[in-house]
Amino acid sequence: MAIIVDKGTRLLVQGITGREGAFHTLRNKAYGTEVVAGVTPGKGGESVDGIPVFGSVRDAVAETAANTAMVFVPARFAADAIYEAVDGGIETVIAITEGIPAHDMLRVYNYIRPRGVTMVGPNCPGVLSPGKANVGIIPAEIFSPGPVGLVSRSGTLTYQIGNELTRLGIGQSSIVGIGGDPVVGSSFVDVLAKFEADPETKYVIMVGEIGGNEEEKAAAFIAEHMTKPVVGYIAGVTAPPGKTMGHAGAIISGSSGTAAAKKEALEANGVRVGQSPTEAAEILAELVRGG
Amino acid sequence: MDLYEYQGKQLFGEYGVPVSVGLLALTPEEARSAAEELGGPAVVKAQVLTGGRGKAGGIKLAASPDEAEARARDILGLDIRGHVVERLWIEKASDIAKEYYLSVTFDRDEKKPLFMLTTEGGVDIEEVAERSPDAIARLHVDPLMGFQPFHARWLCFRGGVTDPGEQKQVAAIIAKLYDTFVATEAMLCEINPLIVTPGGEVRALDSKVTIDDNALYRHPRLAELRDTAVGDPQERLAREKGLAYVKLDGDIGILGNGAGLVMSTLDVVAQAGGRPANFCDIGGGAQADVVVGALEVITADPVRAILVNIFGGITRGGEVAKGLLEALAPMQIDVPVVVRIDGTEAEEGRRLLVDAAPENVHVEHTMLSAAQRVVGLAA
Repeated sequence: MAIIVDKGTRLLVQGITGREGAFHTLRNKAYGTEVVAGVTPGKGGESVDGIPVFGSVRDAVAETAANTAMVFVPARFAADAIYEAVDGGIETVIAITEGIPAHDMLRVYNYIRPRGVTMVGPNCPGVLSPGKANVGIIPAEIFSPGPVGLVSRSGTLTYQIGNELTRLGIGQSSIVGIGGDPVVGSSFVDVLAKFEADPETKYVIMVGEIGGNEEEKAAAFIAEHMTKPVVGYIAGVTAPPGKTMGHAGAIISGSSGTAAAKKEALEANGVRVGQSPTEAAEILAELVRGG
Repeated sequence: MDLYEYQGKQLFGEYGVPVSVGLLALTPEEARSAAEELGGPAVVKAQVLTGGRGKAGGIKLAASPDEAEARARDILGLDIRGHVVERLWIEKASDIAKEYYLSVTFDRDEKKPLFMLTTEGGVDIEEVAERSPDAIARLHVDPLMGFQPFHARWLCFRGGVTDPGEQKQVAAIIAKLYDTFVATEAMLCEINPLIVTPGGEVRALDSKVTIDDNALYRHPRLAELRDTAVGDPQERLAREKGLAYVKLDGDIGILGNGAGLVMSTLDVVAQAGGRPANFCDIGGGAQADVVVGALEVITADPVRAILVNIFGGITRGGEVAKGLLEALAPMQIDVPVVVRIDGTEAEEGRRLLVDAAPENVHVEHTMLSAAQRVVGLAA
């Protein structure tokens, strides 16, 4: 099992001929991910390390039965690429691209949501299911197969916590970077629901940060729907209000979106929250050993 | 990107939202001639990107050009919540019968634009929301359906705008505010107060507009407003160097790769008893020139120590260390620099640094130990 990507993933890469796109596609392929196609308009017929490149998603899907798209195209063309993927019959879209205009994502989100498409990102590191498939830019060597589902709004912070877990001898079922933008395809709640339903996942660690109220919604969801233990960590306790802290979505607006409020909401719903990434990993290790 | 009140009003004007006439003034003399040109009583308004201007003495009525000049002299240079007033908006004074509130925001929660309208305007909307939440009409617009006239009718009805003449004007303003919001790719378009004059005329007396930074490439004219904005010089320098940088008020410089990791680093340093001087994210990889740029920005502040927190992912620890050494070599940094490298091939990176780095560079293994070390060195 695992979630979102696994052995059944047949990956199509939009923007495969770009520098970053090609680099990470080959890393994903080397990891064992089934990369079946690339799409770059105008470059149909070419190939990247043996992976056939098509001019459109429709053609690529027809020829290769791709079911998952990874979006690496530049921000200004990304919304178009996502629409094309969905229109072409792709079921899962993982958008790595950073800097997509928020209004573009607003329309994309409202368009794809009722169509039952799973979207992760944008501005995210992707999804890794250790031992099965890696779609995105997550350095797989830090992680190993195991019982912990990891979901996070931040890339390097995910690696940091994964590294701490690995050091403590604890592996992961899937690692999902949901992205740091104001509008992302999958929220914490969406991913938590998938972890709850995944038999391989026994524990969940959730890494949030300032801005928005998805962590608060996750807290309510955990209390009502999760049977598996969840440990949290929230970055940005010291962030000042009104400033964008690197991620477009990491901003305290007025009095909403603070780390303190998120931590409180999680703790009020029975989630233990670490003060640092290290402490969060240690709490999880305690649960794993105790259980 | 936040716009100044006058920039927001000029934008509103372009999209047909009625605003009061006014002129920009950078000196008391310009304030005087602006007041002369406008004729009659004028309001001298500090242009700063923060709220609470009125309470801080940043908005004054002037009966004559003489008074406008005097008030301008009072207000220019005023420090309002850390923002020094460098420009003034001189506006024809308005007679006010009623104060409403109208906004359209980018609601991250519902992933739809959200309108809010209340007849209890003129105060902070969060206050109204707390005191009398029922007084605020709230309505989402499906971005795929787009704005429809019924949205405006419902908002007026539910918000308690009862006068037919006002309804007509407010409905038109709602439609035009949505046009502004979509056309400029705003995250926020707020009018507080939206005034009704004794003669029954409705117009925007203030503006608060935030534009999505990621969309600025499609709006070169708006992007230019930022370039000319009087902002923190270091934040501007950092932007030019492609760094995500936020100035804070402590004395420990912080840089790292990845927004979440840097935020977390600030927290851990604070927990160790230190006070971060900044947030600085150098992004993926560790190219030497980016690190040099970041260190230049950070050391422009009087920092007592610097913490470099790098997690090697796809970029391996050895390469990260080489990048750092290359960056540190040509720079004159007198304060202690604590470097923490973890992740892929971190051992090799740390060994390289220990062997070759200058004496003021200290290498640590974990985030916690690095935070404690840098706090100790800054004390």
